[in-house]
Order: sequence, then structure tokens, then C-alpha cells
Amino acid sequence: MKHPAPAAPTLKHTPLHALHLEMGARMGPFAGYEMPIQYALGVLKEHLHTRVAAGLFDISHMGQIALRPRSGRIADAAQALERLVPVDVLGLRPARQRYAFFTNGSGGIIDDLMIGQCGDHLALIVNASRKDVDEQHLRDVLSDVCTVDVLEDRALLALQGPAAEAVLARLSPSSASMRFMDIRPVLIAGASCLVSRSGYTGEDGFEISVPARDAKQLARTLLQDATVTLIGLGARDSLRTEAGLCLYGSDIDERTTPVEAALEWAIQKVRRRGGARVGNFPGEDVVMEQLECGASRLRVGLKPRERTPVRAGVLLYADAFAFQSVGAVTSGTFGPSAAGPVAMGYVPSTLSAPNTLLFADVRGNRLPVEVMKLPFIPHRYKRT
Amino acid sequence: MLKFTQEHEWVRIEGDVATAGITQHAQERLGDLVFVELPVVGKSFEKGAPAAVVESVKAAFEVYAPIGGEVVEANPAIVANPSLVNSDPMGAGWFFKLRLANPSEVDALLDEAAYKALLD
Repeated sequence: MKHPAPAAPTLKHTPLHALHLEMGARMGPFAGYEMPIQYALGVLKEHLHTRVAAGLFDISHMGQIALRPRSGRIADAAQALERLVPVDVLGLRPARQRYAFFTNGSGGIIDDLMIGQCGDHLALIVNASRKDVDEQHLRDVLSDVCTVDVLEDRALLALQGPAAEAVLARLSPSSASMRFMDIRPVLIAGASCLVSRSGYTGEDGFEISVPARDAKQLARTLLQDATVTLIGLGARDSLRTEAGLCLYGSDIDERTTPVEAALEWAIQKVRRRGGARVGNFPGEDVVMEQLECGASRLRVGLKPRERTPVRAGVLLYADAFAFQSVGAVTSGTFGPSAAGPVAMGYVPSTLSAPNTLLFADVRGNRLPVEVMKLPFIPHRYKRT
Repeated sequence: MLKFTQEHEWVRIEGDVATAGITQHAQERLGDLVFVELPVVGKSFEKGAPAAVVESVKAAFEVYAPIGGEVVEANPAIVANPSLVNSDPMGAGWFFKLRLANPSEVDALLDEAAYKALLD
């Protein structure tokens, strides 16, 4: 067996770094940060704990950006942001949040992000690996209308799982009335937080933006609840894979379009042909054409029939003997809740129907995998 | 005779048959195992060649033949229940038995003291 190389010395730390070490985390590099990969419980049990109780994740490496309209009118910021994303930002009601992506000139995805309507500003959450690219992109295109503030002085915690609501309600009763994709300021244990009811596990839960100076104390307060335990990036990845959610850099990137990635649900009617604010985003010609005619390849769920995990990079074949591959796996893991391997990948749209049988080449063996509708584990968002 | 490799495998040599597995240290580092793939009986390996695969939720790892030889038995219990490798790595969690091709290779393996020194 081989050990991973030790972490590079120049990695950044989140405000919870000391807490991770104290809690026995095994740390590893991720997007320029030294992050907890797992704690003493281990990836498998951390994953299962999140699905039955509540997991606390440090996701402070993610970028938090405030977009403020120079005019003071939030609609101006919303309209400006629509230059960069094919989603309905102007129609986003106050205290609501929406999934979006920045597209490039060929319809590829520069990053995926969350946009929260916070009354006087838009709160953006972007991927750690793309913060710098996103910040420059926003400044280049929106500086005439908005100021762009990267909030370096805030941490981000995620509290996920069926017990999350009760845990947070004990500290802040009003949070229980929030619904999936609500976002609002909440005072938690004395800290001024911006809370959204969302996450990256498929479970009900919250993402909590907290001032960096209050982050460690808030984490400790949440961990005092017997149902809460810290969860590392290892289980975060298996949880999101079971939930069928994309990881930027693996499942989506500048060479995949939203339609290919099966994310067209995030493009509202108002931005499509016949809508009031049709197009006018980078790569609109490609994306519009694919919305109407379909894409030639699609991201799909893949369920291996055998026990062997089928991981990212594995090539897919139409039959057991074909010489030419037809696609590749972009995310794959053992799903602890699925109790078996789960994967996602890109296949020709002609081979994308559920139950289509394909073959994955794992260490020279062609293993049968079935196209499966995502997610592998049903989402349990609090929609009503 | 119990021996170890720098790649965190153990070998118990009885006559011309070596039983092999991964060490306590290895199973701790790998975490909960969810999948094991073992070599078929009759297959021969050179010392250091990849002979088995273990997978955690996160990743796959190769287990090398600690010594050259032909597989005479593989442990179906760990294929059915990979967690046996975590709970009893040096006992019920054994991987495979090899008939030694070259018994002098045993001399190059680490004894328990040398292996423990490696971990410090």
C-alpha cells in the first residue's frame, strides 16, 4: 500500500484549523487549503452519521462574495449579474437563494455558485478552487454597476442531516421556520450569521456564514449537542455523490455545458427562448441551441452491478469487447448509504436512458454498470 | 516466523507456505474498508508485484505480494466482509497464502522490531 504525499507547507488555514487538529482530524490539501479529510470516526461512519443525525462541516475554504449595487437598488445588481449567469436573478425574491453557474463564451461552466438575495446585496458562495477566477470575472464585467467584496473575514459552516433543524432551533428558534433555499441573517449564540437552508449532502440542513472571530466558538457550541459530530471532506464527497450533486473540476468544468451536465433545470423560463430576458449571457448561442435540440452527451448516474467501486477517470464502453470508449466516469465512490458503489459520468445522449447497460474498465476488467436516474439517495430538503 | 515489509504487509511463514495480510498500521491508515479483490488460486507473483486491491470509501490501494510465489489459497471471508481486515488484520483478516518460489527472499523481509522502528 502507498501513503499519500505529505501536504505542501504553503497551504492556507481556515479559522477552524486549530479545532480540527484538536479533534484529531487527518488533514490534507484541498484547493490551496489544509482541510480535514476525516476525523477519528472515519469516512464511512461520518457519512452514515450525517444521514441519521447531524454533521458539522468546515467549508470556510469556499469563497464568500458580496455584490453591492452602486445605485443602492438591488435590482441593478441582479440585472448586472444576469450578464454572467443564465439564471433568473432579477426574479429572486428577498431572503431567497438560487443555484447558478458562470458560463464562458462556448457555454462551458467557469464555476457553479449560490446566489442569495439579501435585500441590499447579493451573497455569492463560490468554489474554493475558483474564487480568484470568479472575483476577477465579476470585477471585469460588473464593476460599472456593483462593488465586489470577497469576505475574507468570514468562516462558513454547514450543519447537515435530519437533526440539523432541531440543533439550530435550540440556539435560534426562528431558524426552524426557514424553508429550503431561504437565506436570512440569524443571531446564533451571540454571533451575527447569515444562514441559508441548503447544503451539499442531499439532506435537510443549513449553511452558516459566521464572522471568523466567532467561528470556533460557534462550532464548539454546535458540537455540544450530542447529535452533532464533525465531518471531513471525505464524507462530504461520498454524501454529495450519492445525492447526484456536481463537484466542480470533476463533473463540470469549462469544457462542459449546463445542458450536458444535466443542469438545465437551473435555467429558468425567463432566460430561455420566448422569455422576457432571453439569452444575453456568455455562450448563449451554444446553450440555447442545446436547450432546444439537446446535447450530444449527458451527465448520468451510473450504478455498477457488482461490488467493485468505479471511480473518476474510468472509461465506459458500449459492450464488453468494444475497443473505442463512449464516455468516462467523473465521480465514483462506494456509497455507504447506497450500500454499494455509485458513480456519475458522461455518456452519448443515445446511451443516456435509465437502465442502459454499459461497461466500465476497472483494472482491465469490463464491469457492467447501469445508467440510473439521479440521485442515488432521495433528497430530503425541507421544501414545505 | 512472522515478517513484515516496508509496504505494511505481514507474512507468516510455515514451511514453504507464506500467509500474507496488511498490518494494523495499514488498516488504521486506510480506514473502513468496503471492497477487497483477491488473486485467483494458481496465479504467481514476483515479490513486490500488485496482488490484491483494497478500497475504502475514498480510494483504492494496491496490496503487493510480500514475497514471490504461487497463490494456493485466498480468504473469501474478507471479500464477503471487508471490515474483517479492519477488526482483525493479522488474524481473520488475512489475504492469501503463497507457496514460496524462492525461500531465500525471506531473509530480506523485516522482523517485527525492524518494522516497528519503521513506524516511529
